Amino acid sequence: MNTRVYLAKLIDVLLPVLAMLVALLVGILLLLLLGSDPVKAYSALIQGALGNVSGITQTLTKATPLLLVGLGICIAFRGGVINIGGEGQIVVGALAATAFAVSFSKLPGLILLPLTLLSAAAAGLVWGGIPGLLKARLGVNEILTTVMMNQIALRLMNFLLRGPLLDPEHVAAGTSIPQSAALPESIWLPRLVPRTLFHSGAILAVLLALAVYFLLWRTTIGYRIRAVGLNPHASRYAGIPVPKYVTLSLALSGMLCGLAGAVEVLGVHHRMLEGLSGGYGFSGIVAALFGKLHPLGAIPASALFGALLVGADKMQRAVQVPSALAIALQGLVVLFVVSSDLYVRRRTRRRVGEDGPEEAVEGAQFEEPPAGTGEGANVASADVASEGAGREEDK
Amino acid sequence: MIDELFTISTLIGILHSCVRLATPYLFAALGETFGQRSGVLNLGVDGIMLMGAFFAFYVVFEGHNLWVGVLVAVAVGVLMGMLKAFVSVTMQSLQGISGIGLYLFGLGLSSLLFKTLIGSVEGVSGFRQLAIPLLSDLPGIGHILFNHNILVYLAYLMVPVSWFVINRTTLGLKIRAVGHNPEAADTLGVSVNGVRYTTLMIGGALAAVAGASLSIGLQNVFQENMTNGLGFIAVALVYFGSWRTVGVLGGALLFSLVNALQLWAQALNIPIPSEVAVMMPYIMTIVVLAFTARQIQKPAALARSYERGE
Repeated sequence: MNTRVYLAKLIDVLLPVLAMLVALLVGILLLLLLGSDPVKAYSALIQGALGNVSGITQTLTKATPLLLVGLGICIAFRGGVINIGGEGQIVVGALAATAFAVSFSKLPGLILLPLTLLSAAAAGLVWGGIPGLLKARLGVNEILTTVMMNQIALRLMNFLLRGPLLDPEHVAAGTSIPQSAALPESIWLPRLVPRTLFHSGAILAVLLALAVYFLLWRTTIGYRIRAVGLNPHASRYAGIPVPKYVTLSLALSGMLCGLAGAVEVLGVHHRMLEGLSGGYGFSGIVAALFGKLHPLGAIPASALFGALLVGADKMQRAVQVPSALAIALQGLVVLFVVSSDLYVRRRTRRRVGEDGPEEAVEGAQFEEPPAGTGEGANVASADVASEGAGREEDK
Repeated sequence: MIDELFTISTLIGILHSCVRLATPYLFAALGETFGQRSGVLNLGVDGIMLMGAFFAFYVVFEGHNLWVGVLVAVAVGVLMGMLKAFVSVTMQSLQGISGIGLYLFGLGLSSLLFKTLIGSVEGVSGFRQLAIPLLSDLPGIGHILFNHNILVYLAYLMVPVSWFVINRTTLGLKIRAVGHNPEAADTLGVSVNGVRYTTLMIGGALAAVAGASLSIGLQNVFQENMTNGLGFIAVALVYFGSWRTVGVLGGALLFSLVNALQLWAQALNIPIPSEVAVMMPYIMTIVVLAFTARQIQKPAALARSYERGE
């Protein structure tokens, strides 16, 4: 790798960090405008997230679902589709895990745990697969369908937690907190640090990050997913069944989000309750983008955003600066990161040659895709392509 | 018990609610139509709505006139629209994802401002019912259509206004040209970026008014995340309505009808499994999108960034 390419890659990695810094600067301005002391607020945030064992374990606990969702987002993006349905997929995953574990609580833990995880994965797979299938077969915009599936999942949760899944003990006691019965203790994920919430789901998430990396870059399936994401036209001519891989990438994406839901249930709450998805579906997108849509990049990125979420909660308690600041900062990070893509795209084009046609750029990426370049053009063209393909088939 | 839902007075009540509840959907979805017709998908509508809802509420809460609240919301919406335009048009970023950024920014900032400046859930007296003389005296129809606050009338007025602007003005021609074939429009001297900035600012203003219609028109409170994803539905309504203003109106009424039915069923204590019922509009939207995705003419350049050749 020559120095120029190396430098360019380094800049790619540093851009998100720069985006984070700019977002934090804007945060300082906001805090000043609102009459809060930014130094106090930020030091409370950092102190809360990383200052002691409790903070660090909470950060890692929050990072776990973020990583799982982030991995799902990576697969979808690499396959040229956008998955905004993380929230809904987390919810159905958690619901399926709860329903299964509560119904078969007599089974020994060693059998019950994998089956519980599988049912959550299956539920997420279906919830992501439906928009995938609609996109692949009928050209329905997956952004809209995943948003709709979120709303449906939330309604389904409200219904189940007030009816079929409602904790019988609560019913007996006459209280009406909408939450499920506790899961059998035999399948609670072991805590990694005693007396904290930090559980072994984190190990599962990191292993899955490695697995997703392997899938995307070391298997034919992953190669095809990325090929379809980069250039559906070329993929079709190369004999890749594009609709199949569009469906698959959204379904796999949903599956990982579903697992995130199961891990939250099995590791943290030990039952299903409202608000379990906690915005992870969106924060996971932020983490994935921050990690340059690379499964291994998502690991540090999710730790960072886990820290931001935990720190913001602590900040709210310590210095009364609302934790909503963290959400606004996440939004700014996304805006800055996606804006900085322009720079990356322009550089790629320069490297390929003066006024090189778009295909040439994509062709170049086809050989050795630099992480996270040119996503913009590619996702859009996937959209156009699948619909174009549909029209041709109609005739 | 189900009979209670079908007495004349209940039916009138349901239809009245339906007309009223369509207001935020209409403002937001019509605004989104402008952006999408010019080729920009703005997924951040919900965030803009929240900002508009907060600022309108805050201004009124501080004792100012309701119209000042609406104006401030419009200004905030225009700014949010400019932010989206800068990211999507000038920086040519991926439109779906930048919309999520805008949504999170609006969601976070409106909650931050609310907690810092107001703190707890308070009420204000918003726009009052404005019965239109004579027309509101008509039996049935009068109450359903002509007994609302002024923002409701404005929302319906925006339907023909938007239609006129998009289909019968020079600006509208430019919007459609830019959304269909930006290269050709550019060759003819239309500023692609200029048009897209304009439509996103119009869309931002209307989304903010949609938010204001909740916080100082329909509900008269502000709460964190009070839109509850309504802005995302508004984006879907534009697809649902095939990018036509009349279609958007139909979609908005459909969603508000289901909402109204649910509200009334709850109020009358009718045991419809309402969680299942409230899923229906979303399922229906997916089904409609699935059936129409191939046939409808969407703006050819939708969600595609435009970069001028050298």
